[in-house]
Amino acid sequence: MSTNPGGPAVDRFVTKPIARLPWWPRIGRVALYGALVAGAAVMILPFVWMIATSLKSDADIFRYPTDLLPHHPTLTGYRDVWSRIPFARFFVNSVIFAGGVTLISLFLDSLTAFALARLRFRGRELCFWVILATLMVPFQITLIPLFVTVFEFGWLDTYQGLIVPRATNAFGIFLLRQFFVTLPRDLDDVARLDGASDFRVYWQIALPLSKPALATLAVFHFMYNWNDFLWPLVITSSTDMRTLPAGLTLFMGSYVIEHAVLMAGSVISLLPLALAFILAQRYFVRGVVMTGIKE
Amino acid sequence: MARTWRINSGYLFVAPSMTIIALFVVWPIVQAFWMSLHDWSFLAVDRPFVGLDNYRELLRDDRFWNALQVTAVYTIGSVPTQIVLALAVALALNERLRGVSWFRAAYFFPVISSLAVMAIVWGFLLDPDIGLLAYWLSHLGLTPTDVLQSTTWALPAVIAVGIWKNLGFTMVILLAGLQGIPPGLYEAASIDGAGRWARFWDITLPGLRQTMLFVTVIGVIASLQAFDQVYVMTRGGPLFTTETLVTYMYYQAFNLFRMGYGASVAWVLFLIIMVVSVLQLRLFRYHDVD
Repeated sequence: MSTNPGGPAVDRFVTKPIARLPWWPRIGRVALYGALVAGAAVMILPFVWMIATSLKSDADIFRYPTDLLPHHPTLTGYRDVWSRIPFARFFVNSVIFAGGVTLISLFLDSLTAFALARLRFRGRELCFWVILATLMVPFQITLIPLFVTVFEFGWLDTYQGLIVPRATNAFGIFLLRQFFVTLPRDLDDVARLDGASDFRVYWQIALPLSKPALATLAVFHFMYNWNDFLWPLVITSSTDMRTLPAGLTLFMGSYVIEHAVLMAGSVISLLPLALAFILAQRYFVRGVVMTGIKE
Repeated sequence: MARTWRINSGYLFVAPSMTIIALFVVWPIVQAFWMSLHDWSFLAVDRPFVGLDNYRELLRDDRFWNALQVTAVYTIGSVPTQIVLALAVALALNERLRGVSWFRAAYFFPVISSLAVMAIVWGFLLDPDIGLLAYWLSHLGLTPTDVLQSTTWALPAVIAVGIWKNLGFTMVILLAGLQGIPPGLYEAASIDGAGRWARFWDITLPGLRQTMLFVTVIGVIASLQAFDQVYVMTRGGPLFTTETLVTYMYYQAFNLFRMGYGASVAWVLFLIIMVVSVLQLRLFRYHDVD
């Protein structure tokens, strides 16, 4: 999106007839800027408030009238968050859950996508249609039976219970299949003449050529699961197994915790995705657009 | 022979994914329907078949009708507002402006955050004692009320947080749609003397039809599934004024452990989503024929 800020698609707005009302565009532009800044301020306010509050002392938090910024910034929130709540556990759990789902799902999705795009076997079309059909079904429908299934496996409140049901993703398969179909077949044929197996063609030819698609999908998987709330809320029950969103909300409004501590935890929970966003905005926008499509 | 070998490897490639999809997606869908036909309590050993009794009970269940109504109000309150705002922002950010990429990043940023975590932050911001918003509102002459404890304001508040979270997503899709409209159309219209508004109504909006259809359908589906910020900010209260269908399903299934009844709520939600999506697709296609 941001790759083409001044490209030809934008020029048309600049070539508007301004001769008739020479004062209008400038006023319009100022108003436009004003509205954009105000809107952006609303979008960013919760983040600013979150960071500011994480740096406040108790005296600052309960000061009246309330101020946005702390009078005496302190890092005690960031120090105490590790001891007041099992924050390190939440963080590690989120890394294992979101990271595990991302890695396993990228591998399984691409394996299946490759087979659907490049290999011939009986039932291939059926597999593809089943995958497409499951895309139409909202996740909430499966939630209650999934809970029961995970319970019957003895997997409630475990990492495998969190990860395995998400270890492949119909949308990921669909996306990668569409990508693999567009790859030139010549390379496959050459490799096969040299005696390469299907797996080697997949691993050494298809995957390296698909890095952009895989990166987009990785962002999608990681962000979706890192931020997910309902699934970890249902599958985990002990405090020690909670992920960041499910864990932090557990301590909201509880009297054992100061606001600065909870906000420090929220800031840290946002950091990995915020940093990744700053570094790779393009993949993020694509990944998020896909998240939305999938939901 | 190479061919026979290939047949085998195809199955090996798809086996892990298809097993997981069969076990954790397809089977649960069937099972959800099966459970909805039973008095299926997680805690009970006996789970008798009750036919459509769960669905009959839904028809008599005031709290279910309330949840349905709340979900409808949530959807009607959030989707049009979100699309209009996102379109305004997308139009503005499609212009050549100084700092446009900063603005795009700012409007997009909430999308990458966790709605549940940010709902904690919004809850604090709205808090009448320590919250900034209540304090600012008091400057405008409004008495600071506990918004999330108000039967009038709690639902608008969770709707607003939902819009805040998803605006950037809709904006990005609309921006892509705007950039897909051929610039030549605008040039031709300008030569014909079409003003800004005429170009907007005659070129931009028709050119965005498919994109608008897409963001509407996606927005409605997401709204019908609203849960995270409701659960975190109000737990469906006060007096069930923010209890959506998914919140109610969660309550039945995971607080009361009435899994069969919860599954029937889930199936009703599924049907509503299907019907609404099909209707919207029809509606937009109908206009295309005109």
